[in-house]
Amino acid sequence: MLEIKGLKVKLEEEDKQILKGVDLKVEAGKVHAIMGPNGSGKSTLSYVLSGKSGYEVTGGSATLEGDDLLDMEPEERAAAGLFLAFQYPVEIPGVGNMTFLRTAVNSQRKARGEEEMSATDFLKEIRAKAKDLKINAEMLKRPVNVGFSGGEKKRNEVLQMAMLAPKMCVLDETDSGLDVDAMKLVAEGVNALRDEGRGFLVITHYQRLLDHIKPDVVHIMANGRIVKTGGPELAIEVENNGYADILAEVA
Amino acid sequence: MNALLKSKQEAAASRLDGVQAPTDAGWSTHAREDALARVRSTGLPSRRDEYWKFTRPDRLTAAEGSEAALFLHEEAPVFGDHDRLKIVFVDGVFSAERSDDLTLEGLEISRLADASDISWAAELYGKLETSGQTPVERPLAALNTALATDGVLIRAFETPSKPVSLIYVHEDTHSDAILHHVIKVEAGASLTLLENGPAAARFNKCLEVDIADSAEFHHVRAQGRDHERCAVTHLFARLGEESTFKSFTLTVNGVLTRNEVVIDLTGDNAFAHVAGAALGDGDFVHDDTVFVTHDAVNCESRQVFKKVLRNGATGVFQGKILVKAGAQKTDGYQKSQSLMLDGDSQFLAKPELEIYADDVACSHGSTSGAIDEDALFYLRARGIPKTVAIDFMTLAFLAEAVEEIDNQALADEINGRLEGWLTRRSAS
Repeated sequence: MLEIKGLKVKLEEEDKQILKGVDLKVEAGKVHAIMGPNGSGKSTLSYVLSGKSGYEVTGGSATLEGDDLLDMEPEERAAAGLFLAFQYPVEIPGVGNMTFLRTAVNSQRKARGEEEMSATDFLKEIRAKAKDLKINAEMLKRPVNVGFSGGEKKRNEVLQMAMLAPKMCVLDETDSGLDVDAMKLVAEGVNALRDEGRGFLVITHYQRLLDHIKPDVVHIMANGRIVKTGGPELAIEVENNGYADILAEVA
Repeated sequence: MNALLKSKQEAAASRLDGVQAPTDAGWSTHAREDALARVRSTGLPSRRDEYWKFTRPDRLTAAEGSEAALFLHEEAPVFGDHDRLKIVFVDGVFSAERSDDLTLEGLEISRLADASDISWAAELYGKLETSGQTPVERPLAALNTALATDGVLIRAFETPSKPVSLIYVHEDTHSDAILHHVIKVEAGASLTLLENGPAAARFNKCLEVDIADSAEFHHVRAQGRDHERCAVTHLFARLGEESTFKSFTLTVNGVLTRNEVVIDLTGDNAFAHVAGAALGDGDFVHDDTVFVTHDAVNCESRQVFKKVLRNGATGVFQGKILVKAGAQKTDGYQKSQSLMLDGDSQFLAKPELEIYADDVACSHGSTSGAIDEDALFYLRARGIPKTVAIDFMTLAFLAEAVEEIDNQALADEINGRLEGWLTRRSAS
């Protein structure tokens, strides 16, 4: 599904190397987690995959089902099936949540040469999916993320993910700013999307999100590289002992 | 006499040379002669005047108007889906054939050029324009009062069933039109006035509106899309007790547009909102100059002006709130913002507050910025193409001004025009 080989990235504005050769392969149907201390490059990886400006790729590749992601505009990556759940979803005053999401769904369909979704079908689908995530009609009408609480913003991300039905979902610290109940609700939303044809890359600081979204593979990232890969037990090791032991071990 | 005044008076003399003020103006003769004398005495605006520092008045004051190519395009007529009483002017000349019959229950409508004795209009013609000259001179409005060749006089003594729609058609590339309208909304009545069209190659329009106690006046205007046209418009409004005034203007294209709005809140608990959305691409200068005077207790005024500029377009905003002594509990607010779609455009803003009462809330905010990159990336990351995402954010930026239109169908119409403009620009 997603294949990253020797990915090296620096900041565009300054001479600072953030990713120093990342290798990672997420298969369809699998959930991979990336854990790591602050500043290890986790969020940068998610931004570079989705096409945010400000980064310069200095080496390596990233492909989605064999297609070169790094060569595409952000909207093309989305249409190709990549989805990034933002750590900090952006507030966009004046743009209604519904209009935004319907435009997104239909832009992607158009780009893929598919038929656009009718207003009625869209409404039916979004209402059902919003209900599962406890997003009420009033929230759907509001401008995108404006006045949403932290939990509402993350649920709105999951709603977008459900509506856009991507092939590859990257979740950037989706647990940050959530209380236990909100995290459970978000995790349920993500789990409902787990599917044989879909890959997940869950970026997190803490093991607790992985109690709810059970990963198949756990990677530890440090200083711009994946330094250790293992099963779910690796996350528990981090939770119990912190990163220091692992980092010392691989140093 | 100082040299500046002398040169302004010379400009006035040159502008008036050979121009024939309408003869047989009957009841308006006195007001016209008075206005003419005022123009000769103040002279015409100069770049050195405080309120013309940002916008060159030359094309508006020149003896001869300049040429403006017609903008030929096919699209549904503005306000075409709305039931309205149509009054059409072609290059400033009233067209009976294209207009509806000038009768509507609740209204008394006449043409300015029909010089029959209309006592209510005789009392008002030039009156608000004259009082609006203090403390800031507006010589182009006085020139209008003196020389206007036509216009409509509307007295609303009851609330009519539909809006009155003034349509300004531009067909002659050299037309130079001067229109002056007078509207009186009687106590308790409500009138909606629509205006649209480029009007002429050069257009000078004056609208005087007297809103009596508990009356309402709603105004929605879309200035035409002809690129080369020049226009100066003045809207003078007086508000009585508990009255409402709401005005919205959409401006797209036009090499030079100066819209002045002068509002006098004279009755307690009155409410005046004036808003504008302007979109300019390239050779475009748009100037909103607003002067709101609070001269009564517990009135609310709000100015919301938004401009989207690119390719060297220029936007100007000069807005003033004057709170006179005794105008306690005034709530005055002013917002002027520009969205610069590139680095070539400019936005010049001058907000002013002058307050002589102590128990008031007045504020202003002026910003100028580019598209928010984080929001743009968020939209694109969801699959929305860049141009569509920018249009989304542009409409979102303008929404606050458009929302000032109370009638949802009219607001939708304006939004439709905005989307059309954006789509055409994105395509080009």
